[in-house]
Amino acid sequence: MPPIISVQQLTKTYGNGFEALKGIDLDIERGEILALLGPNGAGKTTLISVICGIVNPSGGKVLVGGHDVVKDFRQTRSLIGLVPQELTTDQFETVWNTVTFSRGVYGKKPNPALIEKILRELSLWKKKDNMLRELSGGMKRRVLIAKALSHEPEILFLDEPTAGVDVSLRRDMWEVVKRLREQGVTIILTTHYIEEAEEIADRVGVINGGQLLLLQEKTGLMKQFGRKQMRLELTERLEEIPPGLAPFSLSLGEDGMSLTHEYSHEESQDSIASLLSALSAAGIHFKDLSTRQSSLEDIFVALVEDKA
Amino acid sequence: MNFEAIKSIYFFEMARMRRTLLQSVISPVITTSLYFIVFGTAIGSRIQTIEGVPYGSFITPGLIMLTLLTQCVANGSIGIYFPKFTGTIYEILSAPVAMTEILIGYVGAAASKGLIIGLIILGTASFFVDIRIAHPFMMALFLVLTAVTFSLFGFIIGIWAKNFEQLNIVPMLVVPPLTFLGGSFYSIDMLPPFWQAVSHLNPVLYLVSGFRWSFYEIADVNPVISLVMIGVFLAVCLAVLGWMFRTGYRLRS
Repeated sequence: MPPIISVQQLTKTYGNGFEALKGIDLDIERGEILALLGPNGAGKTTLISVICGIVNPSGGKVLVGGHDVVKDFRQTRSLIGLVPQELTTDQFETVWNTVTFSRGVYGKKPNPALIEKILRELSLWKKKDNMLRELSGGMKRRVLIAKALSHEPEILFLDEPTAGVDVSLRRDMWEVVKRLREQGVTIILTTHYIEEAEEIADRVGVINGGQLLLLQEKTGLMKQFGRKQMRLELTERLEEIPPGLAPFSLSLGEDGMSLTHEYSHEESQDSIASLLSALSAAGIHFKDLSTRQSSLEDIFVALVEDKA
Repeated sequence: MNFEAIKSIYFFEMARMRRTLLQSVISPVITTSLYFIVFGTAIGSRIQTIEGVPYGSFITPGLIMLTLLTQCVANGSIGIYFPKFTGTIYEILSAPVAMTEILIGYVGAAASKGLIIGLIILGTASFFVDIRIAHPFMMALFLVLTAVTFSLFGFIIGIWAKNFEQLNIVPMLVVPPLTFLGGSFYSIDMLPPFWQAVSHLNPVLYLVSGFRWSFYEIADVNPVISLVMIGVFLAVCLAVLGWMFRTGYRLRS
């Protein structure tokens, strides 16, 4: 099946000469959850803005559902719902009116039953007649999500959806994301919270300086870049690592009471088995053992710093 | 055509007017009533007729134009500037609507508001002075063309403006002098020849003159020229907007 979004050699230079995107190529598959990671000013929001039609591209092209976002904007934009990063709302409108308005500008016939369903799912039903300025930040974020869903999009963009959001909203939001995904909606989110990407994304893209540094299945990424650590708490103090253990990448804790072994996913499991037997042969005993896997965050930091 | 979108934008804008009834309807009506009391009744009673029309009746078309221009420019500019300012414009820009549809929604609402207020003022004026409309169809045509043209002009300002000061400069500093000097309160025949010539450079003169002609059949310039001038201004506004939409000027750049 062709990708639902295809970004080809996309560049964007703003009027002030700032080069926000420097030739991005990216295919997004139907029904996947893609997380875009990157520091502030990396170009994430510009990329989303071009795909959604808010900003004109300077070069390259973007296809959504096989249609060009500039030429066939009606087809492409109808497919997309966008939850922006900033909490931009019409302060004096009611929740009900603003969500109904959204459906209207997307050219869909009014459907109060659907709007009610969306508002209920986002715990906004009781607030439907409140003015937006009376709502808390988290509630406004829910309204923006409701607006984006009001025209039943096939693709949903969430630009930094959890910035400044409390735990309960975050949980609700991921519930909504999971439900949408079950309905086959493609979801693209940008985030600083790398745990989120780790938790819900299928694939992860890392953007920095207007370039896509990496795009990979999350599990593959963890395998390729993820380092593992095994830490052994020793029963007796060790002055130095015995020479017989030199082939293993080991480091001794400062107090001499712990040993840390670093290895990658590729290294075979028997390296641990042989390490353990080497340890017992050397007469080193341990009382506890823990392993730790590097998170996406470590990978991300390593990547961004590497290229910077 | 995305009619649902046009409808949504139009009614959204009209709802804003209902919410701000005091500011958008009551206040221009009070201001105009004050003009009638001061110029029409107090001072006007000492001025004889102008070309056979009592002074109070004479100034009515000019006062309607004054309010119509100010309101249409203000409504047209705020309608698009405000979403730009608050950021809610992202939604309209990412929706499957063409710029022309956005324009029809916003300008349609701005012109409607202007027309409603214009008609209210006409009604108010009839309490103070005698009004006679010789050419109702031409009057309506002048009214609608002016409302649409100046709402478009306001829309251009709204896209161009980067802050509230720029937004207000034209409606506050440009429109009132042009209206006052455009023969709203006098016939330019009363001016010395030099200032008569200068007045012919003022676009508002043609509007007021043509509009007044549709009431009393008296005019500073030929009403046909008035219509042509509105047409020219309308065409200029549409051309500028066409360029803005093609290039994405200050909206999608």
